[in-house]
Amino acid sequence: MSDRIDVRKTYKLYIGGAFPRSESAYSYEVRDSKGKFVANAALASRKDARDAVIAARKAFGSWSGKTAYNRAQILYRIAEVMEDRRPQFVQAVVQSEGLTPARAEKVVDAAIDRLVWYAGWADKITQVIGNANPVAGPFFNLSTPEPTGVVAVLAPQESSLLGLVSVVAPAIVTGNTVVVVSSYDRPLSAVNFAEVLATSDVPGGVVNILTGSAATIGPWLASHMDVNALDLTGIAGDAALATDLEVAAADNLKRVRRAPAAEPDWTLDPGLEPMTAFLEIKTVWHPIGV
Amino acid sequence: MTSKFEYAPAPESRSIVDIKPSYGLFINGEFVDGHGKSFKTISPSTEEVLAEVAEADEADVDAAVKAARKAYDKVWSKLPGRERAKYLYRIARIIQERSRELAVLESIDNGKPIKESRDVDVPIVAAHFFYYAGWADKLEYAGRGNHPQPLGVAGQIIPWNFPLLMLAWKIAPALACGNTVVLKPAETTPLTALLFAEICQQADLPPGVVNIVTGAGGTGQALVGHPGIDKVAFTGSTEVGKAIARTVAGTDKKVTLELGGKAANIVFDDAPLDQAVEGIVTGIFFNQGHVCCAGSRLLVQESVADELLTKLKRRMSTLRIGDPLDKNTDIGAINSAEQLARIRELSEIGEAEGAGRWSPECELPSHGFWFPPTLFTDVTQAHRIAREEIFGPVLSVLTFRTPSEAVEKANNTPYGLSAGVWTEKGSLILSMANRLRAGVVWANTFNKFDPTSPFGGFKESGYGREGGRHGLEAYLK
Repeated sequence: MSDRIDVRKTYKLYIGGAFPRSESAYSYEVRDSKGKFVANAALASRKDARDAVIAARKAFGSWSGKTAYNRAQILYRIAEVMEDRRPQFVQAVVQSEGLTPARAEKVVDAAIDRLVWYAGWADKITQVIGNANPVAGPFFNLSTPEPTGVVAVLAPQESSLLGLVSVVAPAIVTGNTVVVVSSYDRPLSAVNFAEVLATSDVPGGVVNILTGSAATIGPWLASHMDVNALDLTGIAGDAALATDLEVAAADNLKRVRRAPAAEPDWTLDPGLEPMTAFLEIKTVWHPIGV
Repeated sequence: MTSKFEYAPAPESRSIVDIKPSYGLFINGEFVDGHGKSFKTISPSTEEVLAEVAEADEADVDAAVKAARKAYDKVWSKLPGRERAKYLYRIARIIQERSRELAVLESIDNGKPIKESRDVDVPIVAAHFFYYAGWADKLEYAGRGNHPQPLGVAGQIIPWNFPLLMLAWKIAPALACGNTVVLKPAETTPLTALLFAEICQQADLPPGVVNIVTGAGGTGQALVGHPGIDKVAFTGSTEVGKAIARTVAGTDKKVTLELGGKAANIVFDDAPLDQAVEGIVTGIFFNQGHVCCAGSRLLVQESVADELLTKLKRRMSTLRIGDPLDKNTDIGAINSAEQLARIRELSEIGEAEGAGRWSPECELPSHGFWFPPTLFTDVTQAHRIAREEIFGPVLSVLTFRTPSEAVEKANNTPYGLSAGVWTEKGSLILSMANRLRAGVVWANTFNKFDPTSPFGGFKESGYGREGGRHGLEAYLK
């Protein structure tokens, strides 16, 4: 009797709620922190990025139009499903980030807790950053936040799960839709996360996940005229690429969250900035009178 | 048709203003000669040369930034908020005291009617300084943490359409938050900013806290590209805004951009049409249409289009164009020959593309830059006059049948600065306000501004907000 042969999986992209292979038909080998082959992942192309933007744009109207309560429920649901799949995420973090199982458990805990934290923000952020304005005249005057639109997110390269959740959750909880380029070397958590999203009541297209290179796909997203904002966190430390992408983003005045010099400590309290970076303040006036 | 009232001229006296033959730059609390050339500023209503103004070159900009840095390090950042507040209150009071002088000078240099500079611009300028003065010692209550910190030196570039008002929008929050500034007024309208420099002296504002460098695009580029500034605040065209975004890419400079617009003013069939007509006129003819948030696209529900247009044309026939200093004037001069050429060009393109052009009969003065209030009917979304910002008294009229069609047409633009909605139905107002992708939505009113109310755009109309609590974010870490 020989040992059973593994069923090896080729990880696919997640676009518009479906799991297509890359249009380019390319894939790349994913190895664990010790260099051992783990799986093949789809290598996203320019065309995949454009398809993902179309899916994100299509989903934006209904996602941003949902009640905040409903978005909170859906984000909480993501946390619930992740909790169910803890072992799988722990394994992915161990493989990708080379952590001990105990440390990896803490990372998964933090990622799930962060989703719960952001879920609660859905119906509070408007109250915290919006306000009535006491104008000097007989007018009702109210300023409230609205989502910016389609956000292209270059996810962190090192923190493959906590970092990923920490850039995706704040963008979508307020009603944006996202196209995410996952960590190139460590895509396992992102692929697992996509499978969670697909079974968590998150409408297709709200989160689209591309496995592949930020340096290759980033420029197409940064210059895409139907993308409204760009999160460069994932290319922390690559000042030259960050500058190029910010220049490209100026073509339609994307809101840019700049790349930090080094990847942040994801265990810290994120504050409001990850959410406010992709919000627009809208002010409505109406006369008071008869 | 109602007949036009005959009005006797009622000009405001110019004697209150004292325009010097030439002006230097305001750096470190003093007026100094620039190293570069100088340029002339003219009155757009008469083409009379008003003064020679220094054109700041790179060395001048560098000197101004250094003065601002020194004032930030040594004085302004160390001053408690309550003391900064008192300087701003002083400035606000002096603006009130010298309001007539400021209004007359603004109308002379810009061409806008005195009625507007006197009753709108200058009062809001004073109010803006009063409002932000009060924030200076309350920043820890602004919802941005317990220890909000200033950014440092702000480089600020303002347009010619509301010279003094845009100065106030830039300088008041910057100073309140503890920053120092180098501000460049527009090439065609430098005079009120230079008078404001005198007001800073009068208020004993510490030298270097406010620096004013006059000049054109080159001066602005030198300021934006200067490594010594921490913040760029710009109001102007989307094209220049994009260039600025490219220039600051890869730096730590914080940026706010308040850019162009092509606002839809949407009139439903149940709207109070007479009020709507007033709102449409305010929306597009206020300040000669030189307003980034102007309601330049009228979207009118098909069933009332004819009735509304009849009323609108009748109202347009009563608008008085002419001497900006005449208190009866509704529409003043176009700010520059260059802007007039652009308005003419786009209007001619509107005709060539098949839209129907109409203006009331009106006599235009023989000197200066003038353009009659104009509307275009049978405009489609593909027409350039429906897509491009004209920045003049030119209204494009389109029609719609359903609210969804109105939303789709209103949002069918890369801009997203403002929008107007006219209907008596409250639930329709709120659903339209939700669906319009614009930073300011005026319902049953238009072109209202207040220091407490944040202003700024979605999409290619820029980012960041000016005014209100939200306006503090632009000048704090």
